[in-house]
Parts: sequence; C-alpha cells; structure tokens
Amino acid sequence: MKRFTTKFAAAALALTLAVPALAEPVKVGMITTLTGGGASLGIDVRDGFMLAIKQAGNKDIEVIVEDDQRKPDVAVQLADKLIQNDKVDVLTGIIWSNLAMAVVPAAVGQGKFYLSPNAAPSALAGKGCNPHYFAVSYQNDNLHEASGAYANDAGFKKTFILAPNYPAGQDSLTGFKRFYKGELAGEVYTKLGQDDYAAEIAQIKASGADSVFFFLPGGMGIAFMKQYAQSEVGLPLIGPAFSFDQNILQAVGDAALGVKNTANWSKDIDNEANKKFVEGYQAEYGRLPSIYASYGYDTANLLMSALAKAPVSDMAGFQAALEAADFSSVRGKFSFASNHHPIQDIYVREVIKEGDILTNKIVATAMTDRDNAYVSECKM
Amino acid sequence: MSAALVFEQLLNGLQFGVMLFVMAAGLTLVFGVMGLINLAHGSLYMLGAFACAAVAAATGSFMLGLAASLAAAAIAGVLVEVLIIRHLYARDHLDQVIATFALILVFTEGTRWAFGSFPLYLTLPDALSGSVALPGGITYPLFRLLIIGVGLGIAGGLFLLVNRTRLGMRIRAGESDREMIAALGVDIGKLYTIVFALGAALAGLAGALVGSVQAVQIGMGEPVLILAFVVIVVGGIGSITGAFIGAVLVGLTDTLGRFLLPQAFGLIMDASSATSVGSALASMLIYVLMALVLVFKPTGLFGKPA
Repeated sequence: MKRFTTKFAAAALALTLAVPALAEPVKVGMITTLTGGGASLGIDVRDGFMLAIKQAGNKDIEVIVEDDQRKPDVAVQLADKLIQNDKVDVLTGIIWSNLAMAVVPAAVGQGKFYLSPNAAPSALAGKGCNPHYFAVSYQNDNLHEASGAYANDAGFKKTFILAPNYPAGQDSLTGFKRFYKGELAGEVYTKLGQDDYAAEIAQIKASGADSVFFFLPGGMGIAFMKQYAQSEVGLPLIGPAFSFDQNILQAVGDAALGVKNTANWSKDIDNEANKKFVEGYQAEYGRLPSIYASYGYDTANLLMSALAKAPVSDMAGFQAALEAADFSSVRGKFSFASNHHPIQDIYVREVIKEGDILTNKIVATAMTDRDNAYVSECKM
Repeated sequence: MSAALVFEQLLNGLQFGVMLFVMAAGLTLVFGVMGLINLAHGSLYMLGAFACAAVAAATGSFMLGLAASLAAAAIAGVLVEVLIIRHLYARDHLDQVIATFALILVFTEGTRWAFGSFPLYLTLPDALSGSVALPGGITYPLFRLLIIGVGLGIAGGLFLLVNRTRLGMRIRAGESDREMIAALGVDIGKLYTIVFALGAALAGLAGALVGSVQAVQIGMGEPVLILAFVVIVVGGIGSITGAFIGAVLVGLTDTLGRFLLPQAFGLIMDASSATSVGSALASMLIYVLMALVLVFKPTGLFGKPA
C-alpha cells in the first residue's frame, strides 16, 4: 500500500512538472491604441495577438484589452487599473514610445513582465534596460538604420529627413544618421499626431534635396503622402515599413507604387509560421496583415512558448524561458540580444500591386543579424 | 532661405488661419450672443467632415459632399440647440461645459458606431488636385488656394451679415443686451437657433475642407476646438473682426514658428538639438502669443471691456 502511494505521488509529481502551464491561468493586460489617427496600429497588434492564441487553442490566457487613445496619461491610468484591480501577470500592447516611457518603467518596477509588440525606445534598451522588459518587435533605431544604409546603396547624396518629435522619432533620425553617409538637406521634427504638412513640404521643396526620408506612422503617414503628392514635389521617398504599412498603402493609393521601405517582416517571407499567420489572418479578419499584426502575433507566440516552460510566478524561470525565444517567429530567425531586443534580418521592400491591392514585396536584404547600438550600455 | 519659401510659408499660415477663423466664427458668435460655452463645436466640425466623406463616397461628387457637410452640421446644430442647449442658457457656465462635454462623448461614440475607428480619406476631384504656378516661381497646391479663397469669402460675408443686415443688427443687439431686445419684440429663441445653426454649418464646412487635405477621423474636432478657443480669446470674445485677426495671427505664428524657430536655434547650437528644441518651443508658441495678448489687453484685441 505504502509503495503504491509513493508511486502515485511520484507520478503526480512528474505530471505537474511536465505541464506546469495548465495549472495556472494567466492574465494579460493589453494597453494599445484603438481610436484616433493611430488606431489601425493598435487594432492590428491586438488582432495578431488574439489570432496566435486562437490558433494555439490556448484557453489559459485571459487578455484584457484597453484603449489608450495615444494619450500618455490615459495609458498610465490603464496600467494602474490593470495591475491593481485586474491583477494581470503580464503587460503588453503599447504602440507609441512616449506612452511606453510613461508606463513600462513603473510596471516592471512593480515586478510585472512587459512584452513590447511595437514601441522600443532607446532609453529602455541602454541604461534603462530591465530584466522584465522584452521588445519583441525591434529596437526603435533598427528599421531606420536600414533605411540609412539603403540610402547609400541607392546613391542618395542629399536626403531631407523628417520624423515626429517624440522618443521614437528621435530614435528614428538617430538611427538613419548612424549609417547614412551622405549630406543632410534638412532635418525636421513635426508634432506627434500632426495632420498638416504644408510647412514641411515647402521646406523640402526649397532645400535642394535629392530624396526624402520620413518616419510617420499611421494617420500621419497617410496625410503626409497625400499632401506630398498634391504638391507635386516628385523627389524619391524612402522610409521604414511604418510609413508604408498595409493600411497606409490602401488609403494613399497608386502614389505609393514603387517606393522602397525597410522592414523586419513582410508577408512574402517564406516559412511555415509566416504562411500560417498570413493565411489565418486573412481568413479571420478579411484583410491582409500589417507589420504591426506580425509583431502582435510573434509576441503572443513568445508568451505561450515561455508559459509552456515556466509559470509567471517563477520569475527567474519565466524570464529565462522568454530569453530562450523558443518559438517559430514569422520573421524566420529570431533571438534576443543580451538587452532583450531582437537580433534579426532587416529587408528592403518595394510597394507593388497585386490585383487591386497595394502591398509590399522583399527586394533585398539591408542588414543581416542586426542587434542594436545599445547592447553594451545595458547592465542587468 | 529664399523669398519664395517665406512667401509659401506665409500662404500656409494664411490657409491655416482662415480655416481656424471659419471654425472660430461660430464659437465666438454663440458665446457673444447667447453667453454659451459650446465645447461640442468641435464635434460639429467632425460631423461635417464625415458627412462630406460619406456623401462623396456614395455619390462620387465632392461638391455634393461639401453641400452635405453644411446641411448635416446645420441640422445637427438646430437639433442640439432645440433639444439641449436651449435649457442651458439660464444656467451657469459650469453646467454648460459639462453638458456640452457630454455631447462630445455622444457625437464621438455615435460616429464611431456609424463609421468605425479607422480614418476615412477623401479623394479630391481631378479638377481641384495638383499644384498651380504662382508669380515668384513658386508652385502651390490648388486646393489650398481654394481654401484660402473660401475662407476669405466667408469672412467678408459674415462681416457684411453682421454689420449690414437686419439679422446682423439683431445679433449685435443680442450681444449687447439680451433682455432688452426680447422686450422689444424680437423672437430671441428663433434668433438663437439661427445663430447656432449658422455657427454649426460653418464648423461643418471647415471640417469638410480640412478633412479633404488631411484625414477624416474620430476626435479630429478637439485639437481644433482648443485652437479656436485660443483664437477667440486672442481676438476678443464675441467679435467677428477679432476672430479673423486672431485666427490669422495664430495661423501665421504657428506655421512660421515651426519653420523659423529651428533655424534660429541652428545659429547657436548643432542642427539636431536645434530642430528638437525649436520644434518643442514652436508647438507652444501660440499659447505664448495668447498669454502676451492677455497681459496687454485682458479682454483680447477687439474685446469690449468687461
């Protein structure tokens, strides 16, 4: 009898060790932008995230989605509510770097894990890095660095550069300049959420530039592209994928055809995970996924891969499981640098037309296994 | 920096300014005549833009869209005035602010329910798109020139309406002494409805015109509403002339500030920090302007002494 009990206990113990995730439901708080000019970004991150959970058939993850309206004060209130009232285990979802700066340091300070599906300001990659903070998307500078490198290849000698005045905009221009070798025709910061670019376009025309690099995500990019076409400037445009994402292209129309942009994901990257993602996304939501949707999808898959190894309550174990990044990324290769930002390839895409739909296609690789410029500054 | 660039920036500032005027005119009339603070004015702006986008998409005619923006905003204005605002005239400003703030929420959520969260984009007809060459070797988008023309036309029309017509006389009388003109037999209720509808229609038109160059989106009215309040405070509350001067001042200050400040700082520091400091300061420049005006003229440039 005694022997039987021991055996039974051992078996039970073995079972618990094998599937620790089943025992503990996990609460995820998602703060993202669902209204206003930045809405398409947040909606895509949310939809990508939820699709991954649905495809995995995971019933243990409860996601509480909140709308930050792109306002830092609202985001802070939501984070407090999610942490104190809803008692979430993991936070995610923030699109805008100024909101990330307002929320992330306080959240990880309270011992919560934060997985970023988009914003990854340099301030959180270097000295401000944290063991509980992971950027799944990129480090802010990355895609812009690739644009700078591409500008050299394209033979641009005098580029006019433009970004909104907020942490990601500053990272953008810093990133571009890190690899760009030509001269700058001008450097302008616009207001975040600005809709009228007449003054900036006039400066571009007067500057004698041979090309324009711009980082204007969401509604800002659409407004800029339309007004740029109206003004008949005619200089070639380059930018990160954010300025030419799937939603922007549909609104801008043929004016975007042929434009080159740099991205760490594209719907034509050839791997199983990406195929499953692109097809599943179209079937579920009836539209093509954007780059933001791919980040949301990867974030959820990373989270589930870590939960399968250790519960969130085992903080050191869960952190190690996240660091291992043991999931199939839609980007193909994916691993974390020591400051918890991805090491990945960055591509050059071109805007093309597939039937009636404008979309992007990879035409070259801009950077291979790119980490980020802040790894050595991060001590953790 | 060439003269052509400066001239083009002046045009940009003027274009921004006249649109602010069309928006602020209704706000200042409503406040001047009825003593009402209407926070929902920005919602009427948004409503006009959405009406224009919806009708233009359904009929394929941009002009019908513009007409729809005027009509929709005016009708919404009448409904709002008759159903809600009318009961607030006797209340203090706090009650009006709370009630009209509630209206913002109703309009915002209602529009989201009807149109969804994604921004809409108006495509200009070919006849109105593209650029034209102006003397001095500059090219300027045709539609922005039209906006300037429409804005100046509305300013002239309003000036004539207020100063040369019987309705304008009543509006001015209403501004100076509400009780007295009621006692003289003017139907003050009807006058209020007309003024409110006029202001609403102008806001709707401004929304449609600005929405055509930018984007039609939920919540587009609130940033403009704040600027419109700055305009009427600078110009003097209740004064149409003040609203026009104030709007052009604010438009020029903002556009030229965004353009010149980074260059000015570039003389004393390196380019990157100059752009960053310059654009940060430029975004607060109009509030500095407002503060300065209030220091020297506490009732605004054309305001009547309290």
